[in-house]
Amino acid sequence: MNLLVATDRSFDSCLKCTACSSSCPVAAVLPDFPGPKQCGPDGERLRLKSRDFLDVALKYCTGCKRCEVACPSDVQISDIIAQAKVKYGEDKFRLREFLLSHTDLMGALTRGSADLVNKLTGTSVVKFAMDKTLGIDRRRQFPAYARQSFRSWYKQVEEKQHIYARQISYFHGCYVNFNAPELGQDLVTVLNAMDIGVKLLAKEKCCGVPLVANGFHKKARSHAEFNTRACHTALKQGSECIVSTSSSCAHMLREDYPAMLGQSEQQVHEHIIFITRFLSHEFQLGNKPEMKPVRLKVGYHSPCHLIRSRGVLHTLNILREIPGLELHQLDSNCCGIAGTYGFKKENYTTSQEIGQPLFDQIEAGEFDYIVTDCETCKMQIEMSTSLQVLHPVTLLAMGMSRGK
Amino acid sequence: MRRMEADVVVIGGGATGASVFRDCSLRGMQAILVERGDIASGTTGRNHGLLHSGARYAVTDSHSARECISENKILKQIAGHCVEATDGLFISLPEDGLDFQQQFMQGCADAGIHAQELSPKQALQLEPAVNPALIGAVRIPDGTIDPFRLTSATILDAREHGGALLNYNRAEGLLIEQGRVQGVRCRDLRNGEQFEIRCQAVVNASGAWCHEIMEYADLSVDMYHSRGALLIMGHRMNGMVINRCRKPGDADILVPGDTVSVIGTTSTHVGRDELETLEVTADEVKTLLQEGSKLAPSMLDARILRAYCGVRPLVAESSSGGDRSISRGLVAIDHGEQDGLPGLVTITGGKLMTCRLMAEVATDKVARLLNISVPCETASRPLPGAHLPEPIGRKMRQGQSRYRLPDSSLPNSIAGSAVYRHGDRARSFMQEDDHHNNAVVCECEVVTRGEILYAIETLNARSMSDLRRRTRVGMGPCQGEMCACRVAGLLASQQENGDEVLGSLQDFVNERWKGIRPVLWGDALRESEFSYWVQESLLGLSSLQPEGKAEDNRDLYHEL
Ligand SMILES: Cc1cc2nc3c(=O)[nH]c(=O)nc-3n(C[C@H](O)[C@H](O)[C@H](O)COP(=O)(O)OP(=O)(O)OC[C@H]3O[C@@H](n4cnc5c(N)ncnc54)[C@H](O)[C@@H]3O)c2cc1C
Ligand code: SF4
Ligand code: SF4
Repeated sequence: MNLLVATDRSFDSCLKCTACSSSCPVAAVLPDFPGPKQCGPDGERLRLKSRDFLDVALKYCTGCKRCEVACPSDVQISDIIAQAKVKYGEDKFRLREFLLSHTDLMGALTRGSADLVNKLTGTSVVKFAMDKTLGIDRRRQFPAYARQSFRSWYKQVEEKQHIYARQISYFHGCYVNFNAPELGQDLVTVLNAMDIGVKLLAKEKCCGVPLVANGFHKKARSHAEFNTRACHTALKQGSECIVSTSSSCAHMLREDYPAMLGQSEQQVHEHIIFITRFLSHEFQLGNKPEMKPVRLKVGYHSPCHLIRSRGVLHTLNILREIPGLELHQLDSNCCGIAGTYGFKKENYTTSQEIGQPLFDQIEAGEFDYIVTDCETCKMQIEMSTSLQVLHPVTLLAMGMSRGK
Repeated sequence: MRRMEADVVVIGGGATGASVFRDCSLRGMQAILVERGDIASGTTGRNHGLLHSGARYAVTDSHSARECISENKILKQIAGHCVEATDGLFISLPEDGLDFQQQFMQGCADAGIHAQELSPKQALQLEPAVNPALIGAVRIPDGTIDPFRLTSATILDAREHGGALLNYNRAEGLLIEQGRVQGVRCRDLRNGEQFEIRCQAVVNASGAWCHEIMEYADLSVDMYHSRGALLIMGHRMNGMVINRCRKPGDADILVPGDTVSVIGTTSTHVGRDELETLEVTADEVKTLLQEGSKLAPSMLDARILRAYCGVRPLVAESSSGGDRSISRGLVAIDHGEQDGLPGLVTITGGKLMTCRLMAEVATDKVARLLNISVPCETASRPLPGAHLPEPIGRKMRQGQSRYRLPDSSLPNSIAGSAVYRHGDRARSFMQEDDHHNNAVVCECEVVTRGEILYAIETLNARSMSDLRRRTRVGMGPCQGEMCACRVAGLLASQQENGDEVLGSLQDFVNERWKGIRPVLWGDALRESEFSYWVQESLLGLSSLQPEGKAEDNRDLYHEL
């Protein structure tokens, strides 16, 4: 099969304006990274001649998509780069990429041994070993695994969900299920208070973001098919829509699945919504949970993928509805972790340098908490600053519990 | 008047003249090449760049077919950095039927062209860009050829063997004494100075203009000037050459050339007074797109970079028939034998890819005139740079990394592009730690500062357009929007006359516009607006022009 044929031809519209390159957080700190223009639309034209023109520097792209936000020509720069790595690169199985990207598998394997795994990945011996053998930077903190998964907690409240007039389905994703079931619980609390019942999909698989980022495209595609089918069934069984509390999962499900699977399932993908978009719409219609003043000063960090999917406004809208909240919007600055990217040893420094202006602003702000929609941004900020990071939904739930 | 001396003067710096220049130099003659413009600025720089396998002529012109396949094999050997052995397909569409395919296979077999019949499915797998409606396909050893690089490398070799290149010098007359051609009267077009070159033989390789040189000696030839238009697509849409398996017609070849694909051609007869005014018409663009998209349907929504046309220097053998029935074979005339005027040899007709053979035939005639018996070596001697680096590391599959600088840690896109264009000569301008010279000047085609300087110092580039021909600077999607001014700055740093550089910058920009105008819609239109904004509103290009020229430039923009 001739690989040298363009699959995504959006690069043809590139005007060579370099707006993308001047907004790339990696290019700003890493001189070896030629930037989105050269790696994306420029490079693709060369790679169509021969795979010999593939630059190794492509691996430094975090996939943050800030370049795509800047582009006036709708060039899918970050997708072009991600695909190029797979299409023209040499197929090599790498254990580290496998471990980091198979988040659902890793979560399932640790079930029942969460405490042990947490302790292990926290110890310096294990960290040292992972650093040396896998190239996972030892300075990284791993997200802790929860003792009870969200799905198994949910069984307690499942029955009750039928009493609400309206039903929606919740795509919890790997992070909520294995690492942060509290966020899922908060969501159930908030939605129930708005007279909406929460269902889960019969089964769900990792949305595929880490798989794509690490070159497991085939696998990602099969996950996309599986999840699309599950969403389809949920809609048929009366859910109004499917919500996600992760800005990255939501972006993948809503914006990238159609590109992977074609337009045939458009109906389904259109009904997948990031939670704050859903909530802000409900709030506007007057369906709001009751809250009492929280008296907190928070800084809001906008995640790259939420910017790309034009969702920041909705999060700001719902945060503004929390009484007593002193809300500060932090400068738009990538935190640097970019999913699994920052876990890789060779990226650690770049990752931290990208985020440094953000960390400085956070430390100087005298905030009680930082708020953000993305779980990996949360990991990065908690590791790199002294502050704790909350999800907007958690903050809403806090407002409600103070009200009770 | 200034006088020079040489054994041979070659008039015309296209592929043909360059090859004669090389052949003469390799056989030990002192040769001078006189070209009124830049090298490859005639038809050589305005063709399709197809390294014919000969299959196109297999049914209609078996002699040409044989010439092609033989030269095809030679060029792959001696000019690895100027050609790409992509292979090609001859596809049959439902409207063509499969009858021609049978004749075609037979013709290829007769001419010794390896042809392999494929099922539509196999063809689509090899070349996904091909029209999925095809009902049959044949694979043949077509390739692509970069005319600029071929000419440039050929001239470099001649110069390294003692030849002298005089570009921007026009031949204005022949010195005829005692019934022999004894030299050429020339004019340096940059300062207007006239001079003479005395020599023992003159080779007229001025292509579509060769009748003009003959007229200096009151001779004439019945030229048939056939004009062809082509479109350049924004990226390389196809990996293999795609042809229609039927009698040759309009827009039936899609050639992948470097980073682009080129669809062509059309064919119309033009008078000799029209040779200098070549503009592509709207009708031609329409035909090219309509017919071209039958080869590769995705062409309809792909970006078109520009349009151009060239004139085939065909010699009419008889006055019957359209131009495609005139032989594409070479025409070599020893005017001593034919017209009783010794000392003049004319070589024309033929094709870009038969330039070496044409030169061999012409040089044999010259050698006879000069009593030189050194045999021709051009078929076996590689051009400068043609040794592409061998793949390093045992694990790499053959042909997998042709475009790499061995042991280099430079990015593949940068080192690879240099090697792609200059073969192993890339080493002479690309050093590992020379960050300054490895800086990329033209981002679309990845041309570095070092490569620009190399083209100025070693490849005789004098103007912006000369640099474009030698390096591809300004040939990518932005058509010089980003790099034109950077390159002009570099050129100015190497030349004393700043006004001349400004003039050449203006010529360059205008020449880019000329090619874009016929396809000014969609992405080309957006790009043009942006270019205008960058070059005019931001950099004030026309206000920088030398006095008097500023007005012209503004006119051009207003026409848009
Ligand atoms: C549309 C088109 C498509 C083609 N496609 C292909 C193809 O795919 N493959 C292929 O092999 N061939 C192709 N050809 C044919 C090929 O381009 C020509 O046969 C070949 O380039 C001719 O080269 P040349 O050196 O003989 O002529 P030219 O390149 O025209 O060179 C003649 C030179 O002489 C110079 N000159 C003229 N008068 C004077 C003077 N008085 N003093 C000094 N210099 C002078 C001119 O400036 C010019 O540079 C194509 C031709 C056309 C028109
Ligand atoms: S996705 Fe982010 S890191 Fe990658 S090129 Fe675009 S802006 Fe740069
Ligand atoms: S921002 Fe878009 S149009 Fe501009 S250079 Fe980058 S990819 Fe091209």
